[in-house]
Amino acid sequence: MIESITFESTEQRIFQLFTENIALLNEGAGTLLRNDREEAMKAFQRMGIPSRKVENYKYTDLTKLFALENYNRAFRSTSFDFDMQEVFTCDVPEFDTHILFHVNGWYFDQNRTDQFPEGTIIKSMKSAWLENSELIEKYYGKIADSTTDPLVALNSAFAQDGVFIYIPDHVVIEKPIQIINLLRSEEDLYVTQRNLVVLGNNSQTKLMFCDHTLAIHSFVANYLTEVQLGEDAVADIYGIQNQHNGTAYLNGIFVRQERNSQLITNTISLHGGITRNHLQVDLQGEHANASLYGLSLTDKDQHSDIFTSIIHGQPGCHSNQIFKNVLDDNSTGAFTGRIHVMPGAKKTEAYQRNNSVLMTKAAKMNTKPQLVIDNDDVKCSHGATVGQVNEEALFYLQTRGINEKEARLMLMFAFAHEVLANIGVEPLRQSIDRLVNKRLRGEVSRCHDCKLTEGRSLEVPRL
Amino acid sequence: MDNQNTLINEVTDRDYRFGFVTDIETDSIPKGLSEEVVRIISAKKDEPEFMLEFRLKAYRKWLTMKMPDWAQLKIPEIDYQDIIYYAAPRQQAKYESLDEVDPELLSTFAKLGIPLEEQKMLAGVAVDAVMDSVSVKTTFKENLAELGIIFCSFSEAVKHHPDLVQKYLGMVVPPNDNFYAALNCAVFSDGSFVYIPKGVRCPMELSTYFRINAKNTGQFERTLIIADNDSYVSYLEGCTAPMRDENQLHAAVVEIIALDRAEVKYSTVQNWYPGNKEGIGGIYNFVTKRGLCKGESSKIYWNQVETGSAITWKYPSCILAGDNSVAEFNSVALTNNYQQADTGTKMIHLGKNTKSTIVSKGISAGHSSNSYRGLVRVAAKAENARNYSQCDSLLLGEHCGAHTFPYIEVGNQNSIVEHEATTSKIGEDQIFYCNQRGISTQDAIGMIVNGYAREVINKLPMEFAVEAQKLLQISLEGSVG
Repeated sequence: MIESITFESTEQRIFQLFTENIALLNEGAGTLLRNDREEAMKAFQRMGIPSRKVENYKYTDLTKLFALENYNRAFRSTSFDFDMQEVFTCDVPEFDTHILFHVNGWYFDQNRTDQFPEGTIIKSMKSAWLENSELIEKYYGKIADSTTDPLVALNSAFAQDGVFIYIPDHVVIEKPIQIINLLRSEEDLYVTQRNLVVLGNNSQTKLMFCDHTLAIHSFVANYLTEVQLGEDAVADIYGIQNQHNGTAYLNGIFVRQERNSQLITNTISLHGGITRNHLQVDLQGEHANASLYGLSLTDKDQHSDIFTSIIHGQPGCHSNQIFKNVLDDNSTGAFTGRIHVMPGAKKTEAYQRNNSVLMTKAAKMNTKPQLVIDNDDVKCSHGATVGQVNEEALFYLQTRGINEKEARLMLMFAFAHEVLANIGVEPLRQSIDRLVNKRLRGEVSRCHDCKLTEGRSLEVPRL
Repeated sequence: MDNQNTLINEVTDRDYRFGFVTDIETDSIPKGLSEEVVRIISAKKDEPEFMLEFRLKAYRKWLTMKMPDWAQLKIPEIDYQDIIYYAAPRQQAKYESLDEVDPELLSTFAKLGIPLEEQKMLAGVAVDAVMDSVSVKTTFKENLAELGIIFCSFSEAVKHHPDLVQKYLGMVVPPNDNFYAALNCAVFSDGSFVYIPKGVRCPMELSTYFRINAKNTGQFERTLIIADNDSYVSYLEGCTAPMRDENQLHAAVVEIIALDRAEVKYSTVQNWYPGNKEGIGGIYNFVTKRGLCKGESSKIYWNQVETGSAITWKYPSCILAGDNSVAEFNSVALTNNYQQADTGTKMIHLGKNTKSTIVSKGISAGHSSNSYRGLVRVAAKAENARNYSQCDSLLLGEHCGAHTFPYIEVGNQNSIVEHEATTSKIGEDQIFYCNQRGISTQDAIGMIVNGYAREVINKLPMEFAVEAQKLLQISLEGSVG
């Protein structure tokens, strides 16, 4: 008798995983969240894993990545046999921060002694589900739409933990909050993390997400952060992504801005096998202001995809985007930027630019800056260039006695500087400057201070 | 501001000038599309076997395809069985002089401002007037024939130059290229054919005027231009169509092949009926235009001024296969009332040291929607490729939309690709400045729009530049002197 072999699709396999672990996933979650999870799963099944045919994922095909079955799931929080501070020592000199840790997507309470102004909540998402259900119900899943993006749907379906930050009206947190996301495992792992940040009216904070891989195994990380900015709120969000080639890092930051609020994001991708940053900003109040900056450095077979979507829904909003890519070896890059100006969003100003430098013949860059404008009282522009180091500038530096290699580095660094110059915290800017400099010299294969020896070579599937 | 709005309203309220129907008997076949219809068309045109096969292959492919839905367009359901796929003016006699041509047809052209005789005498333009689907009259043929230039209707080319047609037909736009191209390949009725022999510089602008006339007739034109080594040709295509209440489909295909060092300039002024102020009626213009720079150092230029059609879906493209080849795309697209346009270009760089330039100017008014969609792809082997793209949008009125969707794919390190786009309305400061100098707001808007489009209009041949400027003025009448 011949055994029948059934080929099940990736989507079916994920659905099976979902149903088998539903009890575990729903632990500590209220009815609303349970429903949300079910809806998200339904939406995911409808959309499936995005292939290149899906316009928003045209240059990043995730089907191969998800087809791999060897990833375990971090359904349970693991205990740690190491000291956070010791493993993670790449703190920034003279840069005092409130430090939070996540390990494999799970919030790690390290008996913080930091004092926060009254009313401020910083805790694990899981406990917030139980203890702050009112806030959760108001904001959770309301900013990132599970029905239109498959990765958001997947995150919502499998979300278990992350950080919940609530800053009440008129509260200013001076010290930046540093959120350190570590991946550490004895086996290949799939990680989901879900964060929610709510800023009340007239409050301010700076967030810094540091992403690191601390193990020689392969990881798929599906992170999602929802950010709500109240009226006149100010938020700076920095992301420093430094992972090994075996990490597929799928990060989404979804922001909703009320009147007069201000947002600056700065996404620095230093390293990572497959990196996708999905940034969406919904300008829902008048005169809101959003500036998005990003720098992505890739080499070997790495792939970096930046996808931004800015929705100008109300009059008088202002947005500015500058994203830069430096592509070396066989690496590939993609940029999609969409500015959508709704009817009625008068006096809109929206600018966008993507500049890329290809260092080798084999490197590839695809860029798609888009404007969708539905009223006439706007000033919008977008620009994109793909090129290489200016030969004349290179020659000029050489005539001044700087060798070619050094001159090339200088020019690359100058190219990157336009993005880095927008980092508002001086010690952090200097530190990132140094990191980028080292990275361009090829001296940083991962975070330079992390105590981890290079193990076997790790690869995520080539796209 | 109120004053400006009134002006804009005046602009948007304009009626279509060229709306009239010429009463000429047409020889139609029943509505609908089937393999039988394809065979009938081929038989009616007395075509050789390879043409029938080409059509049938395309038709079978078309059956498996779906209408593209990725464009920023709202296209009403089109019933492809409710279209007459073949209509030809009944009088099919071959004319030797203009006197023999149906006087009504001649007066139609006169109303459009293209008197055949005048152009023949003054402008030195050979006109291949296409009325509905069959070429009625070709002038200047003898003069061109002396140089060895072939400029005739497609059906004639099939009869007299089957070898050329067979060799090049479908080379640039194959039958399976896209939904509308496949449809065109299956049912195309007629069009123009141009062959410029080696080393010949065509002494005059070749031109053809398309008109959609018979009611409910989809027009499926096919143009094939072949420029042999070291040759040059400038080709003009102009369109105006009479007023209709039912939507009409126009799915044309234009193929250009430029061999070694050949240069082809293709200019279009498109002014199909755009529908009335409520957005009823109008032409659906779904066109596939593509040029192949096959030889080394060949050049293809697309210049277009688009003011008409209810819906435009059109991407004149270039494949830069030959080393050192050059391509340009210059476009002004104006949409008004409820018009929708999704237009742009594709530049595919395959050869070394290839260069392309894209200049696209969109002007939207009323409730219209105007999109630029472009692709610049540099293949890994296309070393030292260079592209510069600029697409600007000008918005008149608060209900219109302007969108840009550029795609840039660069596969090697020594190519340079630049793209920039801006969207804005006419600056109040610019109008104020003109007012201050004693120029009325009306004239100021006209000046600004014309100045905005000048970069592209300047690229058009003389005859067209005048017409194009006139068209922009007509489309913005009330505000432009």
